[in-house]
Amino acid sequence: MNIYVLMKRTFDTEEKITISGGKINEDGAEFIINPYDEYAIEEAIQVRDAQGGEVTVVSVGTEEAEKQLRTALAMGVDKAVLINTEDDLEDGDPFTTAKILSEYLKDKDADLIIGGNVAIDGGSGQVGPRVAELLGITYVTTITKLEISGSSATVVRDVEGDSEVIETSLPLLVTAQQGLNEPRYPSLPGIMKAKKKPLDELELDDLGLDEDDVEAKTKTIEIYLPPKKEAGKVLEGELEDQVKELVNLLHTESKVV
Amino acid sequence: MARKVLVLGEVRDGLLRNVSFEAVAAGKTAAEGGEVIGVLIGDSVSALTQGMIHYGADRVVTVEDEKLKQYTSDGFSQALMAVINSESPEGLIFGHTALGKDLAPKIAAKMESGLISDVTSLEEAGGNLVFTRPIYSGKAFEKKIVTDGILFATIRPNNIAPLEKDESRSGDVTSVSAEIKELRTIIKEVVRKASEGVDLSEAKVIIAGGRGVKSEEGFEPLKELAAVLNGAVGASRGACDADYCDYSLQIGQTGKVVTPDLYIACGISGAIQHLAGMSNSKVIVAINKDPEANIFKVADYGIVGDLFEVVPMLTEEFKKLKVNA
Ligand SMILES: Cc1cc2nc3c(=O)[nH]c(=O)nc-3n(C[C@H](O)[C@H](O)[C@H](O)COP(=O)(O)OP(=O)(O)OC[C@H]3O[C@@H](n4cnc5c(N)ncnc54)[C@H](O)[C@@H]3O)c2cc1C
Ligand SMILES: Cc1cc2nc3c(=O)[nH]c(=O)nc-3n(C[C@H](O)[C@H](O)[C@H](O)COP(=O)(O)OP(=O)(O)OC[C@H]3O[C@@H](n4cnc5c(N)ncnc54)[C@H](O)[C@@H]3O)c2cc1C
Repeated sequence: MNIYVLMKRTFDTEEKITISGGKINEDGAEFIINPYDEYAIEEAIQVRDAQGGEVTVVSVGTEEAEKQLRTALAMGVDKAVLINTEDDLEDGDPFTTAKILSEYLKDKDADLIIGGNVAIDGGSGQVGPRVAELLGITYVTTITKLEISGSSATVVRDVEGDSEVIETSLPLLVTAQQGLNEPRYPSLPGIMKAKKKPLDELELDDLGLDEDDVEAKTKTIEIYLPPKKEAGKVLEGELEDQVKELVNLLHTESKVV
Repeated sequence: MARKVLVLGEVRDGLLRNVSFEAVAAGKTAAEGGEVIGVLIGDSVSALTQGMIHYGADRVVTVEDEKLKQYTSDGFSQALMAVINSESPEGLIFGHTALGKDLAPKIAAKMESGLISDVTSLEEAGGNLVFTRPIYSGKAFEKKIVTDGILFATIRPNNIAPLEKDESRSGDVTSVSAEIKELRTIIKEVVRKASEGVDLSEAKVIIAGGRGVKSEEGFEPLKELAAVLNGAVGASRGACDADYCDYSLQIGQTGKVVTPDLYIACGISGAIQHLAGMSNSKVIVAINKDPEANIFKVADYGIVGDLFEVVPMLTEEFKKLKVNA
């Protein structure tokens, strides 16, 4: 089985976020594998271990994504590919990223492609379905279970809390929802092995793409933090009085009840 | 610039979801004086067309087919592309719901267009239509514009106010026939867990419980409070994982994103993934016995205390308020 994982390096949104020069300040920030892509990596490894084959993890980004690609290799992925856009592109949007990924994937004969359902920083949730459409293959989003037998697949999809049991066939692209599995931590031997595994780097040229082919269709004109909320009011006094005060505040001050 | 805008209405249990009307309102803004056309797709949707019109659509186009009884990306994209091909719109608005999230990127890829997802507001400014959306798990916002091609956005439920319903409005209803073939995904079974009562993503008041609720029975006082306030009950992942309630109640990054007028968090610590689903609520109340809990950082009002004491007292106080009102 020929398996590909789409992985994004993301800002750890548990960290404090500040803005400088109109951009999210990345100095000293923590970067991680997008959490939903960790589920994707884990699932790919499990499918490979059960069915045989090979897992390749692909990321579009800059050299800095090598660290997260190495982590994926240490978890057990076989190969990593970085599509480095640093020298070619200033801007991008989900159209850009999906177009690049699909150009890379189009001649790879992937049986299974797994991505995250959403990136916790960009938050658009577009890349998976876009890539599948560009490749002309089927997709199922926000999955919590995947079973493959031969060329058919049974997938459980989370639909706002309901579950759909879906039957489909390979080649298939799925996007991972929380609950799909418990991602493993890289083991020490895994980390050692990862150093010797291939991590290839490609540029747009290598994919036969021009900047114009992938030019973003949308543009960010401003990034800002939500207006700082006044420090919340933690009520004091006897519990009974606090409850009375709260009801009064909700009724007369904020007028929500 | 006047534009022709298609708005996809969404049907659940035989009724139009509220987000459909919000999308019509967004469509009106995006149309800048142009025509707003509601689109309804399903096996039998004709009875619902007037709803779209009463809320502001100029006319409605339907696509009906047995194979469209349930949503599939293949079925709905074929139906929608048939409408797009016959109408040649300059704008498209969907809800950022399970359906919209699944379908919109496929349509955008087919049209080689941009797509601005999870929009919480849009306005005309400086000759552009400017879309605002949360990023970084809700910790920041960005304003985006479309630089090339069709204007395409999905809107987050409960953020854009629908227009006033006007039952005297009328408009044409036409149908487009589409050949729905080759559905590559087959839905074998739907396990419905979504609870009866108020739809969480549309509720004005939400009482949410976390691991602090401690058991399934622990949700009872929350349900009673919700009943008094005409609200819905929600939950953290912690409560769902512990089996105190069903996953359909989960609020957060992997659950529902909600924006009620009032959100009361009971025994919820306030993890970032939870906050991503509720921090835009108008008023947030936190009830937690740990004064250091992160939830107090986003709360407008907080009570440090045992939820099993506080929640029933709140219910009683609100009952009194109702009687006096
Ligand atoms: C050169 C360049 C500059 C960019 N600059 C900006 C900018 O200034 N502002 C801005 O908002 N966006 C920018 N982007 C786009 C952005 O970084 C995302 O890659 C893109 O918008 C994906 O959208 P998302 O983050 O919402 O991901 P989603 O669509 O939410 O991601 C879903 C899934 O798709 C896969 N995926 C997403 N991104 C990648 C990736 N890069 N590599 C591999 N798999 C991926 C993962 O599996 C992920 O879980 C830029 C992109 C490029 C290439
Ligand atoms: C990829 C990913 C996605 C996730 N998505 C989501 C999501 O969508 N939604 C979500 O909610 N979480 C999500 N999580 C999980 C999240 O990180 C937290 O683990 C979870 O929100 C914790 O739930 P909790 O606040 O109920 O539990 P806890 O963190 O255990 O907090 C319980 C709180 O209850 C208080 N308490 C206990 N007893 C009482 C009492 N008697 N009275 C008052 N207070 C009391 C305690 O002081 C504590 O603050 C996600 C995690 C990951 C990794």
